[in-house]
Amino acid sequence: MKRFIGFIKKEFYHIFRDRRSLFILFGMPIAQIMLFGFAITNEINNVDIAILNNSKDVITEEIINKIVSSKYFSIKEFIQNENEIEAIFKKGKVKAVLNFEADFNKKLTTKNKATVQIITDATDPNTANTISNYVSAILQNYTQIINKNIKIEYQIVPKSRMVYNQELKSVFMFVPGVMTIILMLVSAMMTSISITREKELGTMEILLVSPLKPLQVIIGKVVPYIFLSVINAIIIIVLSIFVFKMPVQGSLFLLGLESILFIITSLSLGILISTISATQQTAMMISLMGLMLPVILLSGFIFPITSMPIPLQIISNIIPAKWFIIIVKGIMLKGVGLSFIWKETLILVGMTLFFIALSSKKYKIRLE
Amino acid sequence: MLPIIFVLPLIQLLILSNAATFEVKNIKFSYIDNDHTSLSRALIEKFNASTYFNVHTDFPSNKTANSAMLKGKTDVILEIPSNFERNLLKDKLTDVAITINAIDGATAGVTNVYINQIIKTFNKNARIAFIQPSNSIINYQNITSIPSFWYNKTLNYKTFMVPGILVLLVTMITLFLSGMNIVREKEIGTLEQINVTPIKKHQFIIGKLFPFWLLGLALLSVGLIIAKLIFNVPILGSLVLMYFYTSVYILVVLGMGLFISNFTDTQQQAMFIAWFFMVIFILMSGLFTPIESMPEWAQFLTEFNPIKYFVEVMRMVMLKGAGITDIIPQLTKTIVYAVVMNGLAVWSYKKTN
Repeated sequence: MKRFIGFIKKEFYHIFRDRRSLFILFGMPIAQIMLFGFAITNEINNVDIAILNNSKDVITEEIINKIVSSKYFSIKEFIQNENEIEAIFKKGKVKAVLNFEADFNKKLTTKNKATVQIITDATDPNTANTISNYVSAILQNYTQIINKNIKIEYQIVPKSRMVYNQELKSVFMFVPGVMTIILMLVSAMMTSISITREKELGTMEILLVSPLKPLQVIIGKVVPYIFLSVINAIIIIVLSIFVFKMPVQGSLFLLGLESILFIITSLSLGILISTISATQQTAMMISLMGLMLPVILLSGFIFPITSMPIPLQIISNIIPAKWFIIIVKGIMLKGVGLSFIWKETLILVGMTLFFIALSSKKYKIRLE
Repeated sequence: MLPIIFVLPLIQLLILSNAATFEVKNIKFSYIDNDHTSLSRALIEKFNASTYFNVHTDFPSNKTANSAMLKGKTDVILEIPSNFERNLLKDKLTDVAITINAIDGATAGVTNVYINQIIKTFNKNARIAFIQPSNSIINYQNITSIPSFWYNKTLNYKTFMVPGILVLLVTMITLFLSGMNIVREKEIGTLEQINVTPIKKHQFIIGKLFPFWLLGLALLSVGLIIAKLIFNVPILGSLVLMYFYTSVYILVVLGMGLFISNFTDTQQQAMFIAWFFMVIFILMSGLFTPIESMPEWAQFLTEFNPIKYFVEVMRMVMLKGAGITDIIPQLTKTIVYAVVMNGLAVWSYKKTN
């Protein structure tokens, strides 16, 4: 036991002496949380648009005023004819052009109908669609104002209520995701690399001939990273509560336990990676290239899983991050207890056991 | 190693491009019908018919519905009050309650728009069914908006994401490999052997980095073929321009990799630093979320992000057919970046310790 503790101490020294890595290890979550909280959002505001006004009358001016006064758009320029649209789109100056038809006011008063064309640069389909929806909403609002004398009969009024996130803040969506990504990558990457490092440098042999059991060697390698990851998890949770006012509706204790479970899942994945790769480069490529994008894209972190094609929805089930994100959102935002998330928890436990079993089967005590 | 370098990124391009979509569909929808009339059923039928909603279950009470939402089994609950039909006929006005799970704020917003649209159409049809069009409706002044989506009429998300993900993969591979390469020799101790040979500093660096430069261009080529043949992404602009820009861009990345490896002692450190910058560059590149929505200070920071320029150029040239004059700002900044980065890297590389 004393030997084992000595070994763990040695591993801690290894980590603490490497200031640069340590700095990034703790700087990373802080930088990411700050970026996601303050800078990165999929809401749209202040989108640059251009106006092509073919009638220049009272009504069109009023509509343009309405659009300017909304926080979503700012008018970058006024263009004079349709040929200019292509050029400004190509330069990427504006995302949309509003084209008011000629004799707008006249058509509206005599024929009760006038048309605005919303031309969007749909190379970014999501933004294009959102812009188009927002402009339509502004126009609809305006139509209601000019028609306010006419009462519409037979109306079903939908009363929507947004639960768990009334202000539709994107931070609520991103914080659980960032937390997952950091815990997953740090744990899996660091363990896989620190174990393959010993292999590559040839020091693994020395450890294996020492009186420590192979299992003890692996556990000793992993323990410091559990410790570091737990600190990371704490930093993230504290920041999200105090800086971004994320609620923790459920039990903080449960959240802590689930985080430790997920850290262990990631570490066992790291061990598995290290058993199948011979060099640090390979380990790094597998854990970075193989994990980073799938974790970002398939876990429901940024993109909704339900919108994906069915095969991908099925694949997403083998991503541990997906289940952890469900758990974190459940505890923090919905305030559920274990009775609602036992299934997800069980899946993570199962995955952990699977990774450990597989790596102990692949683990070679002798080196070739 | 070689299979990992080539196969892993390309598989990711193939699979993940399908995952990256902000489209909202298959919304998990459920309802509580307290009215049980033909009108309430007709309204629910409208949701059933819509492709956006997957109508799951009908719940007997609020309590069971809420618990289903807590479990994540449903994301939208529509509650139709009792006397729904009677009120509509008598008072000519009634309401329905909608509860939306808004943890994903953007999706919730879109969901709400869809629901409102369905109910609006339903209202219109109901009006026509119940009353003859009276004067009041005829006099209603209408401003119609006609959306027109340029460059991507069907709003296909893949044409947007494929060039972006391709950029990422090229960058990640070249940055990680070049960053780890020289450090590896340092760590194993073979760098000293090279340092005592008569090879010149710049010869050594060029020799080290040239393979990765070629590798990056090769990855781009395979990626473009996949984009064209499998995803049918239009390539409107000139291929020569794309290759020219990419060859300059890869120099920036290689310079960074070299710079990192000069300042680190172990591969673990090098990789960790590369990873740190990579994540920030990815998130601030406008690849997944629009840059215009960021606050001013963040937009200013993105000016220093090489990935941002690469993403912009690829999208502009591939999807809009932009020419060299359109991308001059991005191109000049990238060239400056390349010169500065490589200058720093060569300057900081020392043959003696």
